[in-house]
This record gives sequence, C-alpha cells and structure tokens, in this order.
Amino acid sequence: MDASRPLAPAAGRDESGAARTRALSFLARRDRYHVAEALPWIAALAAFFIFPNQMILGGQTLIMILFALSLDLILGYAGIVTLGHAAYFGLGAYAAALLITDLHWSEPISGLACAAVVAAIGGFFSGLILLRYRGLALLVLTLSTTIMLQQLGNLFRDFTGGYDGIPGINISPLFGRFDYDLYGHTYYLYCLGVLFIAFYVVRRIVYSPFGQALVGIRENVARMHALGSPVHWRLVIAYTISAAFAGIAGALFAQTNTLVTLGVFDFDQSAAVLMMLILGGAGWLYGGFVGATLYMVLQNELAKMSPEFWQFGIGAILIAVVLANRHRVFGKLVRRVRALGFGAKP
Amino acid sequence: MTAPALEIANLQRSFGALTVANNISFALPRGGRYALIGPNGAGKTTLVNLITGRLRASAGKVLLDGDEITALSQAARTRRGIARTFQVNQLFRGLTVLENVYLAIGERTNTCNRLWRSAGKETAVIGEALDHLEALALVDDANKQVRELPYGRQRLVEIAIALAQRPKLLLLDEPAAGVPSSESHLILDVISKLDPNITVLIIEHDMDLVFRFASRIIVLVAGEVLTEGSPQEISADERVRSVYLGERREDRQENRHG
Repeated sequence: MDASRPLAPAAGRDESGAARTRALSFLARRDRYHVAEALPWIAALAAFFIFPNQMILGGQTLIMILFALSLDLILGYAGIVTLGHAAYFGLGAYAAALLITDLHWSEPISGLACAAVVAAIGGFFSGLILLRYRGLALLVLTLSTTIMLQQLGNLFRDFTGGYDGIPGINISPLFGRFDYDLYGHTYYLYCLGVLFIAFYVVRRIVYSPFGQALVGIRENVARMHALGSPVHWRLVIAYTISAAFAGIAGALFAQTNTLVTLGVFDFDQSAAVLMMLILGGAGWLYGGFVGATLYMVLQNELAKMSPEFWQFGIGAILIAVVLANRHRVFGKLVRRVRALGFGAKP
Repeated sequence: MTAPALEIANLQRSFGALTVANNISFALPRGGRYALIGPNGAGKTTLVNLITGRLRASAGKVLLDGDEITALSQAARTRRGIARTFQVNQLFRGLTVLENVYLAIGERTNTCNRLWRSAGKETAVIGEALDHLEALALVDDANKQVRELPYGRQRLVEIAIALAQRPKLLLLDEPAAGVPSSESHLILDVISKLDPNITVLIIEHDMDLVFRFASRIIVLVAGEVLTEGSPQEISADERVRSVYLGERREDRQENRHG
C-alpha cells in the first residue's frame, strides 16, 4: 500500500491528525507478517528432520490442519457452526480417487484442483440452501446432509465401492519427478507445500474487506442486514471457498492413503475437525495448527497407552480446554502470544 | 412538485390478531425534521421496521422519493438510501470503532466484495470512516473495541454507522435511550447538526429533545396515527396530553431506559 500517502488532515488539526494516523496504521498493520508467524512452518520443517520415522503421522496431521483451517474460515470468522464439514472432505477425497481409478488421470496437483472444484460445487449448492438457517437448525441440516451423501455413496456401490472403498489410488510422481517413499517423506513435503499455499490464500481472505464483512456477520447479523450487506451471498461464497479447501484436504488424504472408503463422511470426521479447531482456538488462523497437531499426537500416544480407550483422554482434554476457555484461563496466554504478533483476531 | 422523501400510505401490519400498525399514512418532505412519539407499545419501532424492510407490511405502501419500495428487501432499501439506528445497540462489539464504521462504508461502496486485497489498504474507505469519526469526536476511540466504550459513546457509534451509510432518509430509534443525562447533550449536538439534506424521523421519549429538534411531530397511539402537527400544536392538543404526555409523566421514571 502507499502508506506514505497522507490521510492526515491539513495543519491546525495536528492532534486529531495524530489520532487518525494511529487509527490508520492500526488497520494497515493488522495483517503484516510477523516473525512469530514463521514458527509453525519452522516447526513443521524441523519435524521432518527430527522425526523422520513419524512422517506418515506428520502428513496426516498436515492434512487435518488444512481441514481445520477450512473450517476456521466459516466457523471462526463467519460464525457458521456446522457438524457436516466432512461432506466436502469426502467429496474431495472421492473426486481425487475416482479421477485416478476411473479416468486414469494420476497427476497429483491437477487431482487436487479437480477435488477442489468438485467440493466447491458441492459447497456452493448445499450452502445456498443450508445457509438460510442458523444455530440448531443448521447443525441438524449439515449433519443430515453429510449422512445422506454417505448413504448416496453406499447406494451407488458399483461406482464408489461402498464401505469397502476404492483401493489402489496411486498417484504419479510429484511434478513428474519425485516418487513416494514408504516412510511418507515425499507425501509430508507435498502436504506441507499445499498447506502453505492454502494458508496464504485463507490469510489473504480473512484480512480482506470481504473477511471483515464475514466477521461482521459473526458479530451482528442484524446490523449487517441493516447495512445492506448481501449476507446470504457472503456466507455462500465463504462456504464455497471453505468447501474447496476441505476438498483439497480430502484429496490429499485419498492420494496419501491409496484407499478411500465411505468412512471419510463419518460423523466422527466432522466432529474431530471441530474438536481440533476448538482445541486450538477458532478465529485466529493458527487454531488448526495447534489443535490438529495436539489432537493427532495425543491420539497416537494415547492409543499406544490404551488402544481401546484413547478417546477418553481426548475427551477429558477437550473438556479442560473448553472450561479453561470459559473461565478465561487462556486469555492472558493468548494475549501474550498475540503480543508476539500471531494474527490478531480481526 | 417533487415527491416526498418518504411517503407511507395505508400501512398495515398484524401479528396474528394483534394489529401493530393500522392504516398508517403520512409523508415526510425532503430534509424534514420529524419526530414520532407515542406511548410504549404504540408501534413506533414496528413502524421503523416496516419502513426499513426488517418487517414486511401486511398491506399498504412505502414510497421513497416517489418510488414504491414496499416489495424490496431490507438490503435493497438500504442501498436506496434508508439508514437507521437501533433502540438497543446493534454494534459489532468485538470490533474496533473504526472497523464498525469501515463495514458500513465497505458495504455501501461494495468494497466488501473484494476478498484478495488487504482491508487496511482501502485508504479511501478508512479515510471516510475517520472523517465520520472525527465529526462525532470519536477518533480517539477509533482503535478501541466497541464493548470497551461507555454506553453513551456506543450510542454515538450507532449514529456514526448510520451516517456512514450516507442516507437520504435517517430513522433514529431513541438515540438517547440509556444515555446518562450528563452525556445526552452529545447526542443532541450531533443530531442537531445533521446535514439538512437528510430527511430525519426520530423516535424519542425525551420531550425536551423532541421539541428542540423536530419541526413536525407525528403522534402514534395503538398502531394508529392520532395526529400530526407542529410542536406547539401537539403540546396544546388535549388528546395528546391525555394519552401521551400525561402518561409519560407517570411512567417517566421507570421507563427511562425504555
């Protein structure tokens, strides 16, 4: 931006001019990149070298971070509470899978693009209807939409493989050059690259005037209507973008697991991503990073300790987080982290 | 002769058996300073909601500058130049004062359709928002979250948002409600200095404010227009005294925050 261009008024109003400049720079600086924002990426790269044997888990974690990021755009920013986000993850996963097994197109990047388009179309048309509702009605509607999609997949078993799924999803080498190793190293870097780009895009959107309007809808939808805002369209667009990113996450999941089943539409998936986001905090972009990593590592460790009851541990921690949040235990902590320059809640 | 800024013809609205607006008709000339008064439950806020399109009329017409807008959505009417403030603050409490006004301008100018450019780089929008804040002496609070402000200042943000919509018709729903009397002069200052081109309809219980501000007063009782006239005529009207002014004296204390 042309920060040099003075918005400050003419001489004689110096005091007010100073206040104006302060206000202006506050908005202009809100989305500046801060050094601290490099931390998660450095950590992700460091993990690659420190835990070379954990890269399968690492890749899955990155996929869930992307999935949680897509949810954050609608839940954390626009305030759309959904229990059916797995629908778009699943659409993306099946689009990527069928592209390979049925159309024999195995180039991975275009596979992601295809999945994004399919999920976005799904998000757009379902959003047109779903987003007319809010609150409890929306929860039930998103939940049932996803169940219906799953059962539709079950109905067309010949096409989707039903609950047995689609096996043998083998993508061709990345950029036609980098093949995939058994330890998931290539997959990990592939997922990290995709996540990085997705993160950049979502970050731009969140700090745009459009993103500001989404937050306005979250904060007070009655006022947005009174301002003449096309609230429904704004929500549909945000939902479509979110669905596209969820679809990309699903496609990465399909490509790295070589098998997709209708399990991707499970309620567990929708619930897990919601838990991850809440665990890490919604509405500040890095919630997915914190929450998904915590969730995946915990799941892995707790499952080693107790293969049957690991979810008890996750549940207990989630309760602790929600209660602590409610009692503002994290308030101070978050302010400290914010002071380090992690994206302030717009 | 030009069409009135706002014309309401036989407006009707019922909730089930309850008629909250019954055959209401009146017209506001361009630049008019009108007050709408009436006892609690007379349907004043309902009427504002019918004009802005927040509620749909059961029958009757609303015309803005001679064009019928009865069938238009709230957003469409807003875009034609109707703005309002709310009786109970409807603000973006978690956002800063500047961001609140930013959204009003961003939606008016369609800047909020942009999803790739940084909000902080829309210098035209920010500059205009700051102009509005400056006019209401809110610049020093620009970076504060609305919820941190005292209630009286929040009422000013309500007005700032409505003005940032650059309305042709401004509906002020009890702008001084809930404001301590020590601060209500701030609100009065602001509304007495409104652009004379804006047509204003104010709902207010504070009679001093009404008599100082309005050149015409419409009295609404039980969903119907009882009478319309100049402040002198209204204060001399026996019917108004009996249904409204008398009652107000009695329940003024308990309903101050109405």
